[in-house]
Amino acid sequence: MSLHDALLAPWPWYVTGPLIGLVVPMLLLIGNRSFGISSSFRHLCAAWLPAGLEYFRYEWRREAWNLALVAGIVIGGWLAVHGLTAPGTASRVSPAFARELAAYGIEPGQLMLPRELFAWAQLATLPTLLATVVGGLLVGFGARYANGCTGGHAITGLATLQRSSLVAVLGFMAGGFVTANLVVPWLLERLR
Amino acid sequence: MSDTVSPAAVAQPPALRGAERLRMLGYLLVGIYFGIVLVKGQVADWFSIQQMFRLQAFHMYGVIGSAIVVAMVSIRLLRRFDVRASDGSRIEPVVKPLGKGQAIGGLLFGIGWAITGACPGPLFAQVGAGHGIVLVTIAAALAGTWLYGWLKPYLPD
Repeated sequence: MSLHDALLAPWPWYVTGPLIGLVVPMLLLIGNRSFGISSSFRHLCAAWLPAGLEYFRYEWRREAWNLALVAGIVIGGWLAVHGLTAPGTASRVSPAFARELAAYGIEPGQLMLPRELFAWAQLATLPTLLATVVGGLLVGFGARYANGCTGGHAITGLATLQRSSLVAVLGFMAGGFVTANLVVPWLLERLR
Repeated sequence: MSDTVSPAAVAQPPALRGAERLRMLGYLLVGIYFGIVLVKGQVADWFSIQQMFRLQAFHMYGVIGSAIVVAMVSIRLLRRFDVRASDGSRIEPVVKPLGKGQAIGGLLFGIGWAITGACPGPLFAQVGAGHGIVLVTIAAALAGTWLYGWLKPYLPD
């Protein structure tokens, strides 16, 4: 496979992981900023609807770097699919998971999100409401209550051996395991 | 020569100063880089996240594990050789206190991570990749954040 083909194909974990890890020193070198994404939710609330709440009463403009980072992610997501992805690329799915998905009526060969669950036309259905609205509420509430998400706790926090991050990551995994194995199958069952 | 600081320099907000502007561009570029890696590495991918939590694929464990190792080694190297940030300050990652929030909030976040199939970074990457419906998820995450800010005084920390 040529380098060009390898670039357009999905990247393996041993390329992806180290490239993500390098984000941490990059941000530290630019302005001593600690990598994390979910604080952007807090800054956006502080900017748009502080409502006099103490949690949103701070100089969010001083944290604008985090919003620049998040804006970049949106642009990067666009660039990745427009020009860095070979046509017909599909998400990696194990044979066992592929069989299950087929049983739920999810078409094979899809990329990133299954359209049976993530589409505007389905928004008013229970599975899609759960996967977007309820899931999003939990992501925002949980990440801020835990004071960090995968970026701030799992990567930055564990890389600096912080106990609070270890507890948070154990929480992430426990919640994720139960939900992905019990709730998500129940929800996919409803797509049939 | 007066040694007082000029009023203009005091009035100018930090975000408008040249160096800070350049840094903002830096953060934006790092974000673009991160967004590309999230999509190309299939981290911003519902299928990857489900298979991680169902133990049906090693991929995400490899990604997160190697990211932690690379971050850890780079922070140690920067500090060992006393490499400074561009503003001259000593490299100092934030230290977060441990409380009940890490356990309870962590659990809730994990539920959300599995049900949406995305953590916050990937949500933004998916929107960029053209999945407009994920804006609903982000709006809900903002609502969840606001709800947390509202309830914070009543929650155990």
